[in-house]
Amino acid sequence: MKDYSVKLSGVTKVFEDEFTAVDKVFLSIEQGEFFSLLGPSGCGKTTILRMIAGFEEPTSGVIFLNGRDISKTPPHKREVNTIFQNYALFPHLTVFENIAFSLRLRKKAEREVKNEVGKMVELSRLFGQENKYPHQLSGGQKQRVAIARALVNKPSVLLLDEPLAALDAKLRQHMLVELDNIHDEVGITFIYVTHDQNEAMSISDHLAVMNEGKIVQKGDPIEVYESPRNAFVANFIGETNFFVGEVAKTEGEYLLLRTTAFGDIWCYMDREVAEGTRIEVSLRPEKVKISKSRPRGDHKLRLNILEGTVDETIYLGNHTKYTVQTRESYMKSFKQHARYLLDEEIIEWKDRVYLWWFADDSYLLQETGGARSDEQK
Amino acid sequence: METRKTIGKRRFSSLVTLGVFLLLYIPIVSLIVLSFNSARQGVMWTGFTLNWYVRLFSSPDIWRSFMNTVIVALVASTVATIIGTLSAIGIYWYRFKSRKYFQILIYTPLIIPDILMGVSMLIFFAALKVPLGLGTVIIAHITFCISYVTIVVITRLEDFDYSVVEAARDLGARSFQVFVKVIIPIIVPGIVAGFLLSVTLSVDDFVITFFVAGPGATTLPLRIYSMIKFGVSPVINALSTLLIGGTLMTALLARRFRKLIIG
Repeated sequence: MKDYSVKLSGVTKVFEDEFTAVDKVFLSIEQGEFFSLLGPSGCGKTTILRMIAGFEEPTSGVIFLNGRDISKTPPHKREVNTIFQNYALFPHLTVFENIAFSLRLRKKAEREVKNEVGKMVELSRLFGQENKYPHQLSGGQKQRVAIARALVNKPSVLLLDEPLAALDAKLRQHMLVELDNIHDEVGITFIYVTHDQNEAMSISDHLAVMNEGKIVQKGDPIEVYESPRNAFVANFIGETNFFVGEVAKTEGEYLLLRTTAFGDIWCYMDREVAEGTRIEVSLRPEKVKISKSRPRGDHKLRLNILEGTVDETIYLGNHTKYTVQTRESYMKSFKQHARYLLDEEIIEWKDRVYLWWFADDSYLLQETGGARSDEQK
Repeated sequence: METRKTIGKRRFSSLVTLGVFLLLYIPIVSLIVLSFNSARQGVMWTGFTLNWYVRLFSSPDIWRSFMNTVIVALVASTVATIIGTLSAIGIYWYRFKSRKYFQILIYTPLIIPDILMGVSMLIFFAALKVPLGLGTVIIAHITFCISYVTIVVITRLEDFDYSVVEAARDLGARSFQVFVKVIIPIIVPGIVAGFLLSVTLSVDDFVITFFVAGPGATTLPLRIYSMIKFGVSPVINALSTLLIGGTLMTALLARRFRKLIIG
């Protein structure tokens, strides 16, 4: 218990209009880790954050901070601080006064205030901005002030509510790296709420994917990406191809999946599945090879081959996203380019192509329901 | 073709603008000019004089009503600003059962005709046997000023990002500290604007004051009215000119203050 920074035990939040925003959530966040809550808007991730901060009270369940029940503690008495989506800087105060706000509330000596604010200015690289007002700052600078203002308190947990949502793509990448550096430097727990899977994947030690008030899957980014629990996770984190069908037969570690949209497909079986069971399988598009000539090999090598016509190509410089129309459905294949112009086969719209992958490349979803193999078009 | 049409349109709109300005300001300008006219009656210019201003300042009656007006305006505006600001915060941020009715009650004085307000208050004071005087005038002014302050402050609150309040609480501020250190400083331009609006409304009010003012509670508008009953004296022009000057200065002050706060 002591090792956990924040722990949620069966936390539920039902709003006055009887909307259940958070539904019996259990969550343990370790000391000092960068933890992300990831999910579409309205999934309850922000509500969880607001309950940890103290802006909302759980309808039932208990929230622990460093092993102490804080469910009923008002926000100003919690050792957590929040970075708000729109920064929420005090418009009537300068950068210095914004950062010094909490220190002055606690009647710190002015020398100490100067000293502490100075450290924060250094940490968040705000030199020379101390006397500006928030409306004179750029988005990135406002963000830094918000970080400095929250960290000056030395909280044991920092809560970040979609802090990068208001920034443009380039700056967002930059701030993400900076956040990561700050996290390494201060070493406290960061809880990060986002709907952006790239942000969550690149920065988190662990993440929880949420949907409709429930946590669907928890794990480190690799786990969640490579072994999604169900179709929702597979779809929300990255793109994927789904196969839905019945197990026709099993052979050792492999099973033959009979689908209506793609025919028979060999899949790796990481758990026992009885013949005749209806299952869902996820296959990441980057694992699907695409070529104009038919690859050698067959089902004996557990190689799956599909034929189709290129329906759509999205060239993105370092890779291309292909959508291929197979017999009755569509499949996605991503191809990484190294020497695109020199010696790679150029595949264009309407080309006849072969898609192929090994049975080991696909992953059996643990929960069925939600996946439709033809939902891409 | 296009340009000629636009020019024609432009000329028309500048003519209308000019007409509106003339209509609005000719009476005021002529009043100011006449206050320096030595003629006792009529509009013929017979020479420059400050005589009417001297007469104005040497009249004890006018001084008394001037002081009455100042007292009423300051006291009523201060009280109305405090109540109005709190009611604006209440209406805008808090969700309580009777919120809607409360809001209607606050706004009603804006649409009720002044004469009804005046009469009903007179009846009310009479029923409670409250002696009419400065006190009743102040109470009456407070009631209609509250509505204006509330509206002005609510407009300010509409630009107010509530997460700033949460940020303050998050950073360790108790409710009272949030109010004093964050909410008040941010909405202070609205509060000041509401206060100054109250002052001008209070100085200006005739109808309601007429009903609830007792003996010895004559304000400037009432004084002007009673003076006019004995014919339009140029002293009235002088008094009006000073009133206009005062109001204008208040408005400029408000502007200046706003700029100072917003930066």
